[in-house]
Amino acid sequence: MTIEAITLGGERMQLNMGPHHPATHGVLRIRVESDGEIVSSCIPDHGYLHRSIEKIGECIEWPMFVPYTDRVDYVCAMNANLAYCVAVEKLLNTDPATAVVVPRRAECIRVLVAELNRISSHLIAVGAMAMDVGAYTPFLHGIAQREHVNDIFEKLCGQRLTYNYVTVGGVAFDLHETASEEIASFLDQFEKEMVRFNKLITTNTIFRDRCANLAVVTAAEAIAWGLVGPNLRGSGVDWDLRRDEPYGLYGELGVRVPKGERYAGRKGAVGDCYDRYIVRLLEIQESVRLCREVLKLLPPAAGKANDPIGGHQADVSKVLKRPPKGFVHCRTEAPRGEMGYFLVSDGTKVPYRVRVRTGSFSAAGIFHKVMRGIFLADVVAVIGSFDVVVPEIDR
Amino acid sequence: MNGMTFEAIAARIAQVCDEAMVVRSENGQPFVRVPAAALPRVAALLRRDPALLCDALMDLTGYDRLKYPGNEASPANDAIAVVYLLFSQQHHHRVMLEVQAPRALCSVPTVSGLWPAALYFEREVFDLLGVQFVGHPSLERILCPDDWVGHPLRKDYLYPAQYHGVPHLREGQHFDGAPRRQGDPEPTPTPAPTKKGHP
Repeated sequence: MTIEAITLGGERMQLNMGPHHPATHGVLRIRVESDGEIVSSCIPDHGYLHRSIEKIGECIEWPMFVPYTDRVDYVCAMNANLAYCVAVEKLLNTDPATAVVVPRRAECIRVLVAELNRISSHLIAVGAMAMDVGAYTPFLHGIAQREHVNDIFEKLCGQRLTYNYVTVGGVAFDLHETASEEIASFLDQFEKEMVRFNKLITTNTIFRDRCANLAVVTAAEAIAWGLVGPNLRGSGVDWDLRRDEPYGLYGELGVRVPKGERYAGRKGAVGDCYDRYIVRLLEIQESVRLCREVLKLLPPAAGKANDPIGGHQADVSKVLKRPPKGFVHCRTEAPRGEMGYFLVSDGTKVPYRVRVRTGSFSAAGIFHKVMRGIFLADVVAVIGSFDVVVPEIDR
Repeated sequence: MNGMTFEAIAARIAQVCDEAMVVRSENGQPFVRVPAAALPRVAALLRRDPALLCDALMDLTGYDRLKYPGNEASPANDAIAVVYLLFSQQHHHRVMLEVQAPRALCSVPTVSGLWPAALYFEREVFDLLGVQFVGHPSLERILCPDDWVGHPLRKDYLYPAQYHGVPHLREGQHFDGAPRRQGDPEPTPTPAPTKKGHP
């Protein structure tokens, strides 16, 4: 059904959604023009949260940028830390003189915190999407579980949202003595809780019918429009950087990748809102499995921090003063998809250029295409299904 | 992972564009430098050729070379480098293109007709680096306000002293330590410290 086919021919109405709107997940303004109840055009207006993080990156030293990556995406700050640190390590490893070997224990801890943060980020995504379409309770169940993850992180590094935990060459602190048991017991109770969550909303017919066949993005469109991560997989593209371009420990873990398969049944289509929603839920399950695997692999702590097996932090203070000249592009899989860093170094302790490519930015780019011809009330469901986090768009 | 190697891709590009140059950065990262005029030809080849088929634009960004120290392969200049990072979801190979746009007449043909993802990326590069993408349907600022002056990621960017009456000076000084300019608001005198120090 296209807008041309169902146009009412009446007066067009201009409507401003945002900048302060509960369903835009941050400070995002969308200029919607509607024809009756049908959206005829939808133009996002960005920049309300622009903090010039890329410009700041050109003014401060390499390791000092890590806290800013927290603010690039504060819903999954561990993954944002990790993306930058992996990129800087890749830059350092282009020259054998400055090569960094991350201790194995640190690699395990990195996967552990990244997957835990992926769980909490996806809980926000699916919970907020359900809330936007009118189901408030699942969101609270999601938030309650996220609170446990925040508690684990608070005990680990003292922060609940912006962690500054993953560092270049390792992680800032070792796991405390009871951390493994705490994470394992959280995972056990969390799996039971997810059964209840799915009963509440995932299998709900009203919710499923609302999201089925809404804002369908085909696989070719998703690739061409630069969608990444769960949005790309929701359209049926079998691609996950953790499996296909592995970094850190992911190569050993054998990540299983879910993709959109018309989960809404015959009413749905591959790449609709419901597929993107289900892919996130399946990724949560996979993250739980990865956490358990990593807990088995975790080597015991050694006394020294820079021990290649049991340490948690390689010594990089000298090499970061004189990194290799040149550039590097490195992408990692964050909950909102590929987080790519393009780093240019002129051989000094200050980066020459820090470029962050985030998943939400390109997801916002497709809004004006998928919103045309849908109902005004479905706009919030579509925004929720793409899981945009506005600080990631504006940076 | 059975895509083409970088050398094979570069050889294929050289067939349609004589001026294409294979360059390695100081740390050994290979890329293809093409002149701006040849970009539509090269981009269309990379997008459409069945053996290349780079259907995904991983990133489109740029950097100002004004203060970048040169080397033999890329001597120092004051151009704006626009960088295209392409990837093929079909063949799983990647290639990086670089176009150097002269600082004064900074314009590059758009690739948004080939990759719609470039619609947003090019707006961002225009906003922050001031590259005009010829043929882009709506080349407007995306992150900065529409009436912002200058392009912040250029290395010779001067911070504005104020924006709509909001001063951008800190204790009368510009953020980047630049000297005071005509029209800057007067700094408010800081109170002299008392003998006891701070209360």
